[in-house]
Amino acid sequence: MSLLGIVNYWVFVALMMLGFYALIARGHLVKKLVGLSVFQASVFLFYISLGKVDGGEPAILVDDPTTIYSNPLPHVLILTAIVVGVATLAVGLALAVRIREAYGTMEEDEITEMDRTA
Amino acid sequence: MIGQLPALQVVVPLLAAPLCVVLRNGTLAWLLAVATSWAALAMAVVLTGQVLAGGPIAYAMGGWLPPWGIEYTIDSFNVLILLIISGSAAAILPFARHSVADEIAPEQHARFYSAFLLIMTGLLGMAATGDVFNLFVFIEISSIATYAAIALGRDRRALTAAFNYLVLGTVGATFYLIGVGLLYAVTGTLNTADLASRIAPLLESRTVIVGFAFISVGLMLKVALFPLHQWLPNAYTYAPSVITTFLAATATKVALYSLLRVAFAVFGAGYVLERLPTEAILLAIAGTAIVVASTTAIFQKDLKRLLAWSSLAQVATIVLGVGIGNAQGLAGALLHMFSHALTKGALFMAAAVFALRLGGTSLERLQGAGRRMPWTSAALVLAGLSLVGVPLTASFVSKWTIVLAALERGWWPVAGFILVTSLLTLAYVVRVVEALYFRPSAADAPAREAPLSMLWPLWLMVAGTFYFGLNSSIPMRLATQAAALLLGVAP
Amino acid sequence: MNDQPIARILTKALVPLVLLFGLYVQVHGEASAGGGFQAGVILGAAVILYGLVFGLDAAKRAVPLGVLYPASGIGVLIYGGVGIASQMLGGDYLDYGVLAGDFVAGQKLGITLVEAGVGITVASVMIIVFLEFTGRRDPA
Repeated sequence: MSLLGIVNYWVFVALMMLGFYALIARGHLVKKLVGLSVFQASVFLFYISLGKVDGGEPAILVDDPTTIYSNPLPHVLILTAIVVGVATLAVGLALAVRIREAYGTMEEDEITEMDRTA
Repeated sequence: MIGQLPALQVVVPLLAAPLCVVLRNGTLAWLLAVATSWAALAMAVVLTGQVLAGGPIAYAMGGWLPPWGIEYTIDSFNVLILLIISGSAAAILPFARHSVADEIAPEQHARFYSAFLLIMTGLLGMAATGDVFNLFVFIEISSIATYAAIALGRDRRALTAAFNYLVLGTVGATFYLIGVGLLYAVTGTLNTADLASRIAPLLESRTVIVGFAFISVGLMLKVALFPLHQWLPNAYTYAPSVITTFLAATATKVALYSLLRVAFAVFGAGYVLERLPTEAILLAIAGTAIVVASTTAIFQKDLKRLLAWSSLAQVATIVLGVGIGNAQGLAGALLHMFSHALTKGALFMAAAVFALRLGGTSLERLQGAGRRMPWTSAALVLAGLSLVGVPLTASFVSKWTIVLAALERGWWPVAGFILVTSLLTLAYVVRVVEALYFRPSAADAPAREAPLSMLWPLWLMVAGTFYFGLNSSIPMRLATQAAALLLGVAP
Repeated sequence: MNDQPIARILTKALVPLVLLFGLYVQVHGEASAGGGFQAGVILGAAVILYGLVFGLDAAKRAVPLGVLYPASGIGVLIYGGVGIASQMLGGDYLDYGVLAGDFVAGQKLGITLVEAGVGITVASVMIIVFLEFTGRRDPA
């Protein structure tokens, strides 16, 4: 397998690292959530790459018995994981909005400082 | 219908949760939640009887047979966890009414109980499922409901605590998902039993080792094992008292259950304990965690936060039992899950009563409460004794089993370490007792004993810690069977 | 957005089409690509588009929150109810095969009902998220 043949997996690793870095390094809560979403999305890409079969058709049954299908299972799994990701993101953003209402800021440093002096 | 219990165990709370939202009325939602938790406990008890009498039960979701469909397997290990979850919920929900009325806005009550039931659904599902991807889904069901429930706390710091937990918890769950993906890539299956048979010849593959690492780190974040514990103290301190009680009794233990299940049932005891340096790593981490968390607990000024740090130390004790690496150590660890659920449940219930009657749980506010609220304070002291591991309590039995396991391997220092660190536990329990009984009350201190609806579940938990301290045959039998099952040897 | 006639007219034309497409995806879920998740999001998107152009109040009049919250729960209850029904009829949980006379018809019926439940929940949750977020005013 050539290096380019597994390009999906390189992209997965790169996105995962980027998302994880943003999650750790950024102080703004919404930017953290963006990082978290990129991190999760990279895993979706990983699973979908796993399901790819060379020359595979979408997994909808057709009459021709020689058809090769892509593996639908990772797609189904990742549909579930995407829904979970959306729910997490919605809860995270809701918390960020509430934090902004309660503290007047979304910067983690300032929030920590306000909690320390409170 | 008896054959349908493995599914109903999870489905009944899952359906009760949206029903709470549809009902809208807080009182009706509470009644429904209480009924659901009791039904869940009844189902767990029946399942326990079935497992003790006839061995493991397999259930195919949707009639699709494994390894294609999702399989639920109930054996002596997860039936113990099902008992812990549904038992805690059955005691906490009747208790919850006054505490929730005090801490949560009335229009949120129905949604609060819905979130509680969803947490319970997720935890029960994590315990019951025999499919590694289904496990991820249930982890996230319980986690997302937990984030929302923590954020309902009165203090604004509840919001930041929930946010931090959301970020770390999602990272943990996603790590787990990556690990599962790697295992799926080499085996093409997600069913635990099927994975185990297909992975056996591939154990030296780098993909499998990396997958194991991702799964372990991801789930350890959920277990809050030091040094991955940062989210826990704030989350427990600022969450609504009822949620703290339920989480402290169940959540970290169920995550640890999942980790043990995947590690031992998929990778196998030989791989985990012999091929990888698991014992050394676990003993080092757990030992550090016990010392750091117990010492930090001693210096806390707030009862809930003190108990949160204590939870970290106790979870580390469970991990220490696993790290000893023999059947008795594992049995002791599982037993300690059970006894700690009872003990910490009782302690956080007492904290919830103080939060209700005294308006907060700082040790300063608790001063002199021993005379003004005698029943609650006495319950707290008795549960505290169990936390230390005084003979006649449930924690004594489990800690003693772990000590014996260490001795069986000839590890005197580990056995001594457990006994010495019990003194650290004693130190922070004594600090609470001192505040309760040996400090004068403030002049204007409120002085009302808790309502009866809160006292009986609290005392039920306390009675439980003593009952299972005197007669631990059923949990002991389950734990011993489960340990044998995990290690793959005949009991 | 009273000064945006193009957006208003286009939206009026688009919303019914999007709703129709959503229903198409919904009812084809059991036999081809489609299903409740996708359809729910499409249906939700139609209402969100309507709300973006005609304002939050108009969207809330069209689909009141008082309806959406129970609907989000009822969708899950439909899904779970199908599972319980299959248990009552002697199958395992969500074993659609027992729902109708023969296995294939049962499967189709079961999937259609479950997808309907999923669609209702997803659509109402998407709209709730939109309405609740945009309904908040900046305190600062």
